[in-house]
Amino acid sequence: MIKFEDVSKTYSDGFEAVKSLNLSIHKGEILVLIGPSGCGKTTTMKMINRLVPHTKGKIYIDDKDIMTVDAVNLRRNIGYVIQQIGLFPHYTIEDNIALIPKLKKWEESKIKQRVIELMEMVELDPSIYAKRYPRELSGGQQQRVGVARALAANPDIILMDEPFGALDPITREQLQDELLRIQAEMQKTIVFVTHDMDEALKIGDRIAVMKDGELLQLDTPDRLLSHPAHGFVEEFIGKKRIYQNPEYVSITDIMRENPAITLPSRTPKVAINFMRQRKTDTLIVADGSGKLLGIVSGRELQANVDKAETIAEIMNSSETVLQHKATARDALLKMTEAQYGIIPVVDDGGKVIGVVTRGSLLSFFANGLANGLKGENHE
Amino acid sequence: MSNLSLWEQIVYQLEMRWQDLLYALLQHIELVFFSMMIAICIGVPLGILITRVKSIEAPVLGVAGILQTIPSLALLGFMIPLFGIGQKTAIAALFLYSLLPIIRNTFTGIKDVDRSMIEAARGMGMKDLQILFKVELPLALSVIMAGIRTSTIINVGTATLAAFIGAGGLGDFIFLGISRNIDALVLIGAFPAAMLALILDFLLGRLEDITTPRGLKV
Repeated sequence: MIKFEDVSKTYSDGFEAVKSLNLSIHKGEILVLIGPSGCGKTTTMKMINRLVPHTKGKIYIDDKDIMTVDAVNLRRNIGYVIQQIGLFPHYTIEDNIALIPKLKKWEESKIKQRVIELMEMVELDPSIYAKRYPRELSGGQQQRVGVARALAANPDIILMDEPFGALDPITREQLQDELLRIQAEMQKTIVFVTHDMDEALKIGDRIAVMKDGELLQLDTPDRLLSHPAHGFVEEFIGKKRIYQNPEYVSITDIMRENPAITLPSRTPKVAINFMRQRKTDTLIVADGSGKLLGIVSGRELQANVDKAETIAEIMNSSETVLQHKATARDALLKMTEAQYGIIPVVDDGGKVIGVVTRGSLLSFFANGLANGLKGENHE
Repeated sequence: MSNLSLWEQIVYQLEMRWQDLLYALLQHIELVFFSMMIAICIGVPLGILITRVKSIEAPVLGVAGILQTIPSLALLGFMIPLFGIGQKTAIAALFLYSLLPIIRNTFTGIKDVDRSMIEAARGMGMKDLQILFKVELPLALSVIMAGIRTSTIINVGTATLAAFIGAGGLGDFIFLGISRNIDALVLIGAFPAAMLALILDFLLGRLEDITTPRGLKV
């Protein structure tokens, strides 16, 4: 969709804002550009609509070199949202949204309909707000209008330059949610600049981390969290962040491998001995190939030691199971329903590959917290 | 005649010279009107131009500043060798004298328009002239009007001096009164000049208010 080929931006004073950037932005994704101030993320974004002309390399939109297109036409087909919002204070909300369609000379009735549609999409009641002026609206409402304005002419690409950066945290969160909701419907290609890692992780399909005009890592949020490039990226993400985002922690990083597994054909007595040996109070029951069958506790074994001949008679079919693709978050949620405080983890074939216990979860997060605190003290 | 009271003198002078006075008033308005028209037609575009071409910003504002610093009577004097005496000379001098507030206010009015808004406009694909006419000028208009108002008021006052170079106007009465030592004559020239300034100030003030976009007043 958008392709940077060896693109550089050198200012007339010799400052190199972006250095030989190669980047592909896919159709329908939200690509977040993130990095410390001065890293070139905003410059990179502004080169797409030629607000900042690049000095080397080529930028393509749909395989077309953007330098071969008239800048005004190019921009009219790219939505643009900025942190300062930049609504026209002398225009009503309605007129602000209608700006680009009017410049594109749409029919009056079509514009009217589009404005209503967009205002409803960003959850501003047209009957109340259409005739108001930007100054009569709160910051959050103004930026909703800003988003509606960018969407007005139905562009395929939308550039957002820290659009929610100036809003209070609650409003910011609301607008992020709404952007995701709108995006699920519209499937635009969105380039989103931010310096807020939490925002990047929440919004981005992929995140590009930049520093000093260079792209350091481009990855999905979970890859970025679980495998940050060594050095700056790792530091920038903050090691403790992973513990604040349990949905990005793979269950295989937490689970205890090699759990105490027993065959269903064993007698309770043998099983109790095995438990003592392994110093555990629960056994996972699996067949010869390792496929999960159930789970049995020490107390149940004790109570039935004389009554039952095999474990198969007393074991509970384990209903609480985690797939190997699950995350720490899933484990936290499921732990409350886990009968014995232990959840087996299985692979695609249903084979037991480990267990997660209350203890292993707790120690994982406790470690993370301790490391995070240590990190903070260092800062 | 000197045994008459001031009021009786005024009535007497008015009875005798009301046609002349009316004519002088019209002449005065003419001087102000034409010099202001030219000043607006040149000053506003010049003010816009210096927001676009940074290299001429300082020279233009500098020259306009110097023109306004020259004592008004001296400026009228400078014009005489160039244009001789009469109305045209006075209009030329008044025009130069009125330029600075108009150029300066046009310049600052446009410069004060929020830059992020201009960036948004450009980023959305508005052309330079569209940005000027749809965004910058509407938002700067009340500031430009304030400059025109200031200029006009100064102009009404300075135009009384035009009598010295034979351009007529209400100054004729004032100077005639002074040279003949007739207070009533001075007053019937000064009072309409003062009223003219006050009325124009009021009217242009209203216009300034009207040209402030509604969205900025809420």
